[in-house]
Amino acid sequence: MPKTPAGTLYRGREGQWSWVAHRITGVVIFFFLLVHVLDTSLVRVSPEAYDAVIAAYKNPIMGLGELGLVGAIVFHAFNGLRVIAVDFWKKGPRYHRQMLWGVVGLWALTMLAFSIRHLSVVFGGH
Amino acid sequence: MAVPTVESPRSGRVSPAYSRTRSSRGNFEMGAWLFMRLSGVVLVVMIFVHLWTSLVAGDGISQVDFGFVAGKWASPVWQVWDLVLLWLAMLHGTNGVRTIINDYAEKNSTRMWLKGVLYTATVVIILLGTLVIFTFDPCPVIDGVAHVASYCPTA
Repeated sequence: MPKTPAGTLYRGREGQWSWVAHRITGVVIFFFLLVHVLDTSLVRVSPEAYDAVIAAYKNPIMGLGELGLVGAIVFHAFNGLRVIAVDFWKKGPRYHRQMLWGVVGLWALTMLAFSIRHLSVVFGGH
Repeated sequence: MAVPTVESPRSGRVSPAYSRTRSSRGNFEMGAWLFMRLSGVVLVVMIFVHLWTSLVAGDGISQVDFGFVAGKWASPVWQVWDLVLLWLAMLHGTNGVRTIINDYAEKNSTRMWLKGVLYTATVVIILLGTLVIFTFDPCPVIDGVAHVASYCPTA
């Protein structure tokens, strides 16, 4: 017997979807963090080992991956500040929706600026 | 004959038998909730600086190599910066994934296994990262061959 009744969908709108996005970006960042500590640890193996692995971060496909990673981090950061405002600011719960659009707007601006900078380095041929 | 009295719930001397929080874990979950918010604010600032120095300033990602790391860790400020970042980010991330495991893994044994793997990975990564920061040598000699760089002494 299924544990959840079929055909139901919780329609939590902005609050629910920002919560889902916060979880997904959080997990993505956590797994990158594990890999990031491991690759940085190669500086204790040899300079050549570190440089060889870091070179992989500089190809265009990884460059796009970094763009995605930074996008996840920036969303998680701004939305995390929104969660804090909802929890600790008296009017936070009332304005949580407006704050989410603020988060999305700031995220878009930040990512626009970062994309120009990062993609020109990745595809600019240094 | 003495009349038996029952303490008012607000007297602050409620019998342990009636306490709602019986476990000795106390306020662990509240502490974890608060830690996520406090560490979160610090992490936003520290990670944005971290991303700025390695991906935006200078030559961006193309500048990152062994010499870049050596240059950074020559300063105790960046050593401490990266150490605090490592610990805060790992604990923040581990607590987040712990919450997700508790939410979605329904079987007791599944939850225990997943959290066992999670905590093992956390301890290994934190110890490894901490060791690397403190034992880093910018001019290592590997198999008798000295690393050649502008900042290394020439023997």
